[in-house]
Amino acid sequence: MGGRGQLAGGLMFLFAAAAAPLLPDWVVSLVTIAFANALVVLGLVVLWRAGLVSFGQALYYCIGAYAVSLTARWTGFTDAFALVLIGGVAAGLMAVLIGFLLARYREIFFAMLSLALSMILYGVLVKSESLGSTDGFSVATPTFLGYAPHRDALGLALYWLTLGVDAIGAVLVGVYFRSVAGALAAPIRDNEIRVEFLGVSVTSIIHIKVVVAGILGGLGGALAALAIGHVDPNMAYWTTSGGFVFVTILAGAGSVAAAFVGSLVFEAVRSFAFDVMPQLWQMTLGSVLLLTILFLPDGLGSLVARLKRRREAKS
Amino acid sequence: MSAILVVRDLEKTFGSLVAARDITISVPAEQTVGVIGANGAGKTTFINMITGHLKPSKGSIWFEDREITGKPSREITRLGISRSFQVAQIFPSLTVFENICMAAAIARRAGGVWGNIASPVHSGAATAEAEATIELFQIGRYRDTAANTLPQGVRKLLDIGMAVVGWPRLLLLDEPTSGISIEEKFDLMNVVMSALKARKITVLFVEHDMEIVARFAERVLAFYDGTIIADGTPTETLDDPRVQELISGVRLKPTAARPGHA
Ligand SMILES: Nc1ncnc2c1ncn2[C@@H]1O[C@H](COP(=O)(O)OP(=O)(O)OP(=O)(O)O)[C@@H](O)[C@H]1O
Ligand SMILES: [Mg+2]
Repeated sequence: MGGRGQLAGGLMFLFAAAAAPLLPDWVVSLVTIAFANALVVLGLVVLWRAGLVSFGQALYYCIGAYAVSLTARWTGFTDAFALVLIGGVAAGLMAVLIGFLLARYREIFFAMLSLALSMILYGVLVKSESLGSTDGFSVATPTFLGYAPHRDALGLALYWLTLGVDAIGAVLVGVYFRSVAGALAAPIRDNEIRVEFLGVSVTSIIHIKVVVAGILGGLGGALAALAIGHVDPNMAYWTTSGGFVFVTILAGAGSVAAAFVGSLVFEAVRSFAFDVMPQLWQMTLGSVLLLTILFLPDGLGSLVARLKRRREAKS
Repeated sequence: MSAILVVRDLEKTFGSLVAARDITISVPAEQTVGVIGANGAGKTTFINMITGHLKPSKGSIWFEDREITGKPSREITRLGISRSFQVAQIFPSLTVFENICMAAAIARRAGGVWGNIASPVHSGAATAEAEATIELFQIGRYRDTAANTLPQGVRKLLDIGMAVVGWPRLLLLDEPTSGISIEEKFDLMNVVMSALKARKITVLFVEHDMEIVARFAERVLAFYDGTIIADGTPTETLDDPRVQELISGVRLKPTAARPGHA
């Protein structure tokens, strides 16, 4: 994404932030959840660019969420900024550990191993009474540097918090994509031997990607936990991971912005489909994905690139 | 005399197959060495051991008085040895410029995990280095072409350019002219060799075409059955009766218009 794209993205975020008080509650909460999940999707984009798919990204999502809930529960500490940070750090540390194993695998083995690890967490949570078992926990109402909003005001505060974390995340991931570690994605997919002969350890570059994606997953889970007000083991279940992969395919890996657009479209379609035909909403989502793969194989994000090309062709 | 590369008693076995044995040589800095030998003689195996792609079964390798035997390829690259490949190893989905700029940024990055994250790919220095290398190898008109659509000769030049952009002191070229038509071979080698001379790089190149060897090498090593059977000036090696007997294409004396060899 060039300077123009960043400017457009920044303006969009500012607009979304300014418009919040005018939006109905249900839109505010839909966008909050969509943008929390978008961070997880952005993590999957980081991996996908290097040809890696994780079917277990819910692991980090769940760790981020539980870190928030348990910290508030055990310590009585409720500051939202700190809790989100703790969620990201907890998931990041787990990713550092898991990366030592995962970075040695590729393709289906990478995908299945990450799936297996997330299902282990699911199993542990379900079996642990002290961690809430299948019911999980409710999440304490957060405060914001001493400010303690309720109801609508709380919804707005969480919305702004999510936008803020997303904006920082998007900028940092943009910087990362322009670094050697971040740009070594297509080259790794193309030709690992050449990368090694240029003097880089492919394993350590993939390890970094696993950690970046893990931190993003944890931040997303932390924000979602605050927004939903509840955590349970389903956050680590494979269908949750599958949902994130679904959105990633819908969004495409072309740009940072695509993760946000894709996530928003997904939540919107899901909630409309659920309202209009409660029995058939999965089918609707499936059809949307099918159409995307058929007509926009590079995802919704490629629409922007297409428009740009058309405009350039005209001028 | 300062030897940049010293190899002692190198041996490589694959099970019962001996792919390299008793290889002992010393290469002074800035020499251009040609390597000849029939298919399967062990030339690529020799290069693979020096660049860390294969671990030798026996013997030692020294680069600038430092032992590098058995080190991983990425470490050897960082010490100053680069290579190109018999089949060009490039990043097909990137443009020529992005290929070289990536190589340049990697070569110039700070060390450690943090160096990978903190070094931008398109830093001023990396970009300038990439442009200079594109110029040096005369592939400017393909600068923004995707690498998977390049003509064979340009792929080869790009592969070598990616090895050279990091300013190595020793470069190993595995058949730089393989897959190139006879008419183009000399032009390609002229471009490559003048680029390497300009950067004072010591070169070992594997080549099947004896005319090219005679023209560009100052010294020629002849491989047969995993070992070096002759080592001398091009005339000495190519006139050696054992070399003439065992390596096809040598007996045909270099003449201007000779059809391709097997
Ligand atoms: N990784 C390997 N495993 C088993 N055998 C190998 C391996 N690499 C090379 N060899 C064998 O070692 C011998 C030397 O092969 P090498 O590739 O070094 O030959 P070369 O001189 O480069 O030949 P060419 O001119 O065909 O490139 C051959 O018999 C080859 O089959
Ligand atoms: Mg070979």
